[in-house]
Amino acid sequence: MKETPLSNCERRFLLRAIEEKKRLDGRQTYDYRNIRISFGTDYGCCIVELGKTRVLGQVSCELVSPKLNRATEGILFFNLELSQMAAPAFEPGRQSDLLVKLNRLMERCLRNSKCIDTESLCVVAGEKVWQIRVDLHLLNHDGNIIDAASIAAIVALCHFRRPDVSVQGDEVTLYTPEERDPVPLSIHHMPICVSFAFFQQGTYLLVDPNEREERVMDGLLVIAMNKHREICTIQSSGGIMLLKDQVLRCSKIAGVKVAEITELILKALENDQKVRKEGGKFGFAESIANQRITAFKMEKAPIDTSDVEEKAEEIIAEAEPPSEVVSTPVLWTPGTAQIGEGVENSWGDLEDSEKEDDEGGGDQAIILDGIKMDTGVEVSDIGSQGGPKHWKNGADAPIILSDSEEEEMIILEPDKNPKKIRTQTTSAKQEKAPSKKPVKRRKKKRAAN
Amino acid sequence: MAGLELLSDQGYRVDGRRAGELRKIQARMGVFAQADGSAYIEQGNTKALAVVYGPHEIRGSRARALPDRALVNCQYSSATFSTGERKRRPHGDRKSCEMGLQLRQTFEAAILTQLHPRSQIDIYVQADGGTYAACVNAATLAVLDAGIPMRDFVCACSAGFVDGTALADLSHVEEAAGGPQLALALLPASGQIALLEMDARLHEDHLERVLEAAAQAARDVHTLLDRVVRQHVREASILLGD
Repeated sequence: MKETPLSNCERRFLLRAIEEKKRLDGRQTYDYRNIRISFGTDYGCCIVELGKTRVLGQVSCELVSPKLNRATEGILFFNLELSQMAAPAFEPGRQSDLLVKLNRLMERCLRNSKCIDTESLCVVAGEKVWQIRVDLHLLNHDGNIIDAASIAAIVALCHFRRPDVSVQGDEVTLYTPEERDPVPLSIHHMPICVSFAFFQQGTYLLVDPNEREERVMDGLLVIAMNKHREICTIQSSGGIMLLKDQVLRCSKIAGVKVAEITELILKALENDQKVRKEGGKFGFAESIANQRITAFKMEKAPIDTSDVEEKAEEIIAEAEPPSEVVSTPVLWTPGTAQIGEGVENSWGDLEDSEKEDDEGGGDQAIILDGIKMDTGVEVSDIGSQGGPKHWKNGADAPIILSDSEEEEMIILEPDKNPKKIRTQTTSAKQEKAPSKKPVKRRKKKRAAN
Repeated sequence: MAGLELLSDQGYRVDGRRAGELRKIQARMGVFAQADGSAYIEQGNTKALAVVYGPHEIRGSRARALPDRALVNCQYSSATFSTGERKRRPHGDRKSCEMGLQLRQTFEAAILTQLHPRSQIDIYVQADGGTYAACVNAATLAVLDAGIPMRDFVCACSAGFVDGTALADLSHVEEAAGGPQLALALLPASGQIALLEMDARLHEDHLERVLEAAAQAARDVHTLLDRVVRQHVREASILLGD
């Protein structure tokens, strides 16, 4: 389905908050959301959560024949998919622009920066090389897909173990994991993307935008660095105009952030390694803490409801009866008068006496206002005649339950009235005028109070 | 390529240029009669051809029309004989899509789209050697030829970094060597960067120098393009008999 557009209110609110250096979730300008890395049971499988954005990464390998012009190098293949569960706007046919952009960025960040030693993936030159395939699936979209995806890709690659191969002369033996322990890939460095979102033509900048902030941003700058402060990729997108010193400043910030994230990744890898070695349980099932599966369940707050009935009766008995409606016209200025105070919000009170009072006040008010209407006296006259008609139809006056200016107010009555009211309101536009008036009158009453 | 020095001791590059020199640029505007605007540019051995149609009514789905701005649509295709191996699929593959997206982003920022609401501007670029810089320069000239108002020229240039020196305007040999490459599209008058793209590893400390080299090269390109446009206008006015 199509993405729900962002309302102007929300847009203004977000932009104003950013001008005052405030973010929706209380972060500072340069803060990242919480990053959680969990590993699956197989080597090379991981889930990275950046706040609520979740990416699943899986690495697999295969022996294939190499490319013709690069006979001694292995092949790296990246694929990022935006799963339909990530956001309602992601549909199989619809996502091409974003998908192309993300995929190309991932490819450039990881392949062109040569983070993996492709020559070590060669088994027999010109005939057999390893093809490493990294599949990334976006499971939940809450902004900043590219950062989460790059972390997932590099973590999965670091975690992955490929089967061991030995070459003796012309013989190539491929060992299964049972025969020989699988071998990790040789990774030179870990490039990690950091996204900067720009607002108000580059005046304000935020690190790690979440989904709402992404919708109101002017443009995005992605810088991929490794912990040795080498820039692997820079990409500016979205049509913003940057200045040179902005770019330099962002690269400094990126350096700091990347160092922190790299530390986190190394620690997570180490932990997983330790758990596996000690024979403990590992995998996704273990990484979900018990309390979190039922995360949206709140414990029952113990409330004693035994004496509710008595208390309710007390309250009703002590409450004063609603005041009577007095129909004396109050002249505000020449030309405008007010009769009565409008229909009270008598939700829950279905006693006849009150309804008769309202009905009386209501009738007279409609007639008076009808005559005063500027737009075509005939129209309002018909309307005013139609008005009291449908009010008088039953013994019960319609009880207005809401303040809204909805044209067709269907008031639920236990009697025969609902049908009649409905036909009258839908038959002609004039009918809508009378139903609007009581609402307006009520608003006046509130203002006076 | 073993043994090929990208930068010799005397500071000369493979093709005899100095570090900050651009390749020879030749450009012509108004190459196609039936298009609203067209241009052809040769930057060294890289050749790019750009054609602009618009502003015209939105084709296809009316729903894409923006109420306050024009829609800029860019497509990029590279000739099959342009790369070392003959390419079988010049359009629709990821690289062409990405190039098209980047061109669109650059020109959406530069063209004054508020002046043509509910219309569409199409830019088609075909390049030989596929570098971003030549495409952007060709597209700028074509948009100017079509008479579409822009904030400023959009001049692009690539830059690299070898042996501690920043090189401007990389040739194919230098690109293939695998060092860091930076592509920059600049609006020369204000110095604002419309698009910045970088590949391969470059240490953060050198970023400033490379950016500066690319910006300077883009400004040189601007002088050249400016001359081409003025020449074209002069010719056109002579033909009109003023």
